[in-house]
Amino acid sequence: MNRRSVLAGAALIGLAPPAAQAGQCAQTQRGSGDLGIVIERASGSILIVETTGRSVLARVEGLGDLSHAAAVFSPCERYAYVFGRDGGLTKVDLLDARIVNRVIQAGNSIGGALSDDGRLIVASNYTPGGIRVLDAGNLTQLANIPAIGANGRESKVVGLVDLPGRRFVYSLYDCDEIWIADFSRSMTPELTKFTNIGRSPYDGNVTGDARHYLAGLFGEDGFAHIDLWEDHPAATRVFEGYNSGRDRQAIYKMPHLEGWGQTGATLVVPAAGQHEALTLDLNTMKEVGRTQLHGQPVFCVARPDGREIWINFAHPLNDTVQVLDTHLGRIVHTFAPGPAVLHLEFTPKGGEIWISVRDANRIDIYDVRSRTKIADIPARSPSGIMFSARAHRLRS
Amino acid sequence: MSRLSKAVATALTIMPSTVAVAESRPALISLVRQDCGSCHGMTLKGGLGASLLPDALAGKDANSVSSIILDGIPGTPMPPWRGLLTEADARWIAEQLKAGFPQ
Repeated sequence: MNRRSVLAGAALIGLAPPAAQAGQCAQTQRGSGDLGIVIERASGSILIVETTGRSVLARVEGLGDLSHAAAVFSPCERYAYVFGRDGGLTKVDLLDARIVNRVIQAGNSIGGALSDDGRLIVASNYTPGGIRVLDAGNLTQLANIPAIGANGRESKVVGLVDLPGRRFVYSLYDCDEIWIADFSRSMTPELTKFTNIGRSPYDGNVTGDARHYLAGLFGEDGFAHIDLWEDHPAATRVFEGYNSGRDRQAIYKMPHLEGWGQTGATLVVPAAGQHEALTLDLNTMKEVGRTQLHGQPVFCVARPDGREIWINFAHPLNDTVQVLDTHLGRIVHTFAPGPAVLHLEFTPKGGEIWISVRDANRIDIYDVRSRTKIADIPARSPSGIMFSARAHRLRS
Repeated sequence: MSRLSKAVATALTIMPSTVAVAESRPALISLVRQDCGSCHGMTLKGGLGASLLPDALAGKDANSVSSIILDGIPGTPMPPWRGLLTEADARWIAEQLKAGFPQ
């Protein structure tokens, strides 16, 4: 690393420099595998953090509207690509703590993904809908793929994830479709379209083996599923009718599938409009369990080993986190970190979890095994926490 | 009970109700920017939900905006906020949205 610039960045916000801490490798150079970013959603800034000493290295400002933000990391774990609500895509150098490049690639964006070779950065957009493909090096546009479905409508794109082989899969909220775009041959992708997958998909994700893509459906009870390992994949429904016989409650924050609870051959996802998590057997694709929860779940985040799933909740019950033990099949811990818990991120091997508590302007760090709080870090209206180790994971 | 309702309830116990609405405005502003903002964007320019900027609402009067806030739009992700917001809260939010929502 360029240590001097991180020191300068740290000095700017009045923090102690990231001095020699246990486990840090060297004084003048550093790796980037223990770095991460915290989105400060109201101020268009991010914190660059490191998990070894649990400290903030720098604040980087000028990233635009981060009220809904997502990030992916380059294979070298040096660069973060941050997608903002305003269509901005910002490439941040985590070691030098500076913006390398920033482009406005659309009018309204929701997230993105990076190809397996690290060369194509793809943004999923609301306005105009569709995806844009940019060169991950210099952020120049390489392709613009509108999302116009069989119903003739231009769609918002959600649930975009990368697949091995320069491919991306995503859902069309306004068209009830799922598309796979294959850029392995050229920047004019081969598109595989699945139609009538279910009404109004609101998010999607893929399992860690890049096999099962699921999209949550807002317009009906259930999820769409595609087995991407099949030579001729088809879209089917899973969790069909999980609300049947009861009212779906009003949803004050849409559930997110990022980080979902994959554990061995089962998958735990947040239900929409119920105080429940739903469990799917990935061998049979049948629902095998439901867990009653404190509120409507937003994120069901699997500990990296899959044994536990840590869950946060929608407004107005969003001060609480619950821990689901997947082996025992029940909630084993409930606690209230503070007002507006927006996101959770495990350290790469799951020893610690970082929790953003937006209205306390704080990141809380818990020891996962003892479930005790071991540190906190001030942050302005923090939302997403993303560690650089994500660079080497298939699922998002 | 939501934080907001708690704030309103607390205010109500010590002040006349007309003042209570005024006192709760910082909480309402925060609610709109942060929680409505999860679908409509913190700048309210739209996201999964529609834009709530004055231009986008020009065709609707404050009453209908207020009704949408309280009762939602069935068949869409817009939920009813009745129970979390009072009619006075919703009316105030609707008027402010049409005028340009405060920061």
